[in-house]
Amino acid sequence: MHLELTKVPWLKRLLVSRWPLFLLRAATLAGFVLTVVAGLAGSPVGSHNFAIIFVWVAWWTFLKLIAIPLGGRAWCSVCPIPVMGEWMQQGALVEPGGRGLGLGRPWPKRLRNIWLPTGVFAVIGLFSAVILAQPRVTGWVLLGLIALAVVLGLVFERRAFCRYVCPIGGFIGLYSRVAPVEVRVRDRAVCATHQEKTCVTGNAQGYGCPWQAVPLALTQNTNCGLCMECLRSCPRDNIAVNVRSFGADLAQRAGRSLDQAYFGFMMLGSVLIYSTVMLGAWGNLKTAAYNVGTPAWFIYSAVLLAFTLGVLPGLFLLAVCAGRTLAGSKVPLKRTFIAQSHAIIPLGLMAWIAFTISFAFAKSSYVWPVLSDPFGWGWNLFGTAQWPWTPHLSSVTLLLQVLALLGGLVWTSIWVRRIAQEELPERSAARQSLPIMLYCLLFTIGMLWLLVG
Amino acid sequence: MTNLKSQISNFRFQIVLVVLTIAVLIVPVPLTWAAPQERHFRIEASRYQYMPSIIHVNLGDKVTIDLTSNDVVHGLYVDDYALNITADPGQTSRLTFVADKPGTFALRCSAPCGPVHPFMVGKLNIGPNWLLWRAIGAASVAAFAGLWVFKRGR
Repeated sequence: MHLELTKVPWLKRLLVSRWPLFLLRAATLAGFVLTVVAGLAGSPVGSHNFAIIFVWVAWWTFLKLIAIPLGGRAWCSVCPIPVMGEWMQQGALVEPGGRGLGLGRPWPKRLRNIWLPTGVFAVIGLFSAVILAQPRVTGWVLLGLIALAVVLGLVFERRAFCRYVCPIGGFIGLYSRVAPVEVRVRDRAVCATHQEKTCVTGNAQGYGCPWQAVPLALTQNTNCGLCMECLRSCPRDNIAVNVRSFGADLAQRAGRSLDQAYFGFMMLGSVLIYSTVMLGAWGNLKTAAYNVGTPAWFIYSAVLLAFTLGVLPGLFLLAVCAGRTLAGSKVPLKRTFIAQSHAIIPLGLMAWIAFTISFAFAKSSYVWPVLSDPFGWGWNLFGTAQWPWTPHLSSVTLLLQVLALLGGLVWTSIWVRRIAQEELPERSAARQSLPIMLYCLLFTIGMLWLLVG
Repeated sequence: MTNLKSQISNFRFQIVLVVLTIAVLIVPVPLTWAAPQERHFRIEASRYQYMPSIIHVNLGDKVTIDLTSNDVVHGLYVDDYALNITADPGQTSRLTFVADKPGTFALRCSAPCGPVHPFMVGKLNIGPNWLLWRAIGAASVAAFAGLWVFKRGR
C-alpha cells in the first residue's frame, strides 16, 4: 500500500505552511510550562497534580496508543522540549531568516548512535517509580530535559539533542519504523541532479534538515522528525509524504545496527520489569523501586540493568546461535543477531501498548479533576474537580491486552521469517526462525502472565 | 500446475491455522463448576500491598472481604464489579458480594495512600483463568503460524 498525501493540494499547503506547526508547538510548550509549574509548585499528591496525570497518564497513553503506532515521529515535530533551543539556534519563531545564536558545532562522531539514549533511558528507568509518583521529581526531570536541550542546541548544530540524546526520542525512533507514515523523495534521479541539496543546507523557504538527515538517503523513519523542512526547501517539488503499510521499514537492511538492537532489548526488558513492579501485586517490589538509595533499590536497579542489558539480549543471542546451527547458516553471527533483533520491534511496540492499556483506562478519570484543579489547590475551573475516580472499560481491558500481545507476536513472527529469508533459502530460514520464535513466545507468555494472570 | 497445487495446499493450511487459533480462543470448555459456597477473606492493607494480594473463588460463591488497614486509609475497588470500600487505620470494613462474573479482576486501592498509591493492586480470580490459558494456547499456535503462513513475497 502506498498513498501520497502530498498529492492532495490542501493537505500539501497545510504541511508546507509553518503556522500550523508553530501553533501546535506553542500549545505544547504552554502545556509543558504548566506541567513544570504544577510539578514544582502543585500538590505533592500525584493523583491531584496536573504534572503526573497529564504526563504519565494522558500524554503517555496518547504517545503509545496513537502517536507512535500511527504517526511515528509525529510527536517529535511538536515536542516542546527542543523548541526553545531550536528557536534560539534559528533566531526566528516562524519564518526562516533570523540571525541565530549558538556555536553550531558538529556532534562528536563517537556519539553518533543511540547508545547515549539507551543509557539515559536506563538511568530514568532506575528512578521511574519516583518520577511517576512524585510531581516534584517529574517537574525537575522535565526542567532538566529542556535545559539540556537548550544548552545542546546552543553548542551543537541542529537537533543533536533529539537525535543523539533524548531517551523518548530513541524510543519513538525505534518504533516509528513500523508506523504507516513516511517522508521520502519522489524520484532519486531528480535529487542526483540537484547540486545545491537545499534539503540539507537550507534556503529562504526552509531550513536544512534539523535532524541532520539527507532525504535522498532516507530509507527508514528513525531519523526523520516529520518537521517538513525538506518539503519546504526542495525547489524541485521532489519530497513526498506517504501513507504506507505498517512495518515497511523493517524490510530495510540499511540502518540496522547494534545500538538500535540493544535499544530494542532495553525496551523489551523495561516493559517486562515495569509490568512486574507497577502492575503486579507485590508491594515489596514497589517499595524497593520507590525507595531510592536503599539496599533494596540497589538490588532492584542491578536486576533491571542485568535483565534488560544482559539476560534478554543474551538469551536472544542463544536463540540466534541455535537457529544458525539448525539452519546450517554461514551468515556471521553478529549480522544475524542484529538483523533478527529488528524483527522483534513489533513485539516490543505491542507489549508497550498492552502495558499502557492496563493503566490508561483505569486512570483516565483522573484527568477531569486535574483539568479543573491543576495544582491541587482546591480550584474548580470547569466544574470537574470533584468528579470521582472510576476505572473505565475494565471489562474489556484484559481482552484488549491479549489481542495486542497476540498481534505483536504474529507480526514479529512474520518478520523473523522474512528477515531470515533475506540470506537463507526458505527451508533453512524456517529452521533458523524456530528458536527465535520460541524466545518471542516465552516473552509473550511472560507478559500475558503479568497482565492477565 | 505444481505451483497452483502448492498454493492451494498453503491456503488450506492457513485456514486450518486461523480456525485453530480462533477455536483456542473461543470454544467453550465443558467443566463442572463447584457448588457455590460462602467464602470469607481477611485482607490486610498496608503501603502498597494487600495481604493476601491474590484471592481465588469459584463462580457463584458469596464472597465476604474484611479489609483492615495497618497504616493509613486504604481502599479496595473491585474492577468491573464496581464495588468499593475504604478502611481507616486500625479499622475494618466489610464488603459482601456474589461472584457472578468469571475472570480475573484487579483490586485497586481507591484512597490516596501515598506516592505509590496508583500502583497498589491485588487480584481476584473467579474460577479458572481461562483467558490466560486460552491466550497462551493461541499465542503458541499464532507464533508458529506466522512463521509458516507469511513467507516472503506473500
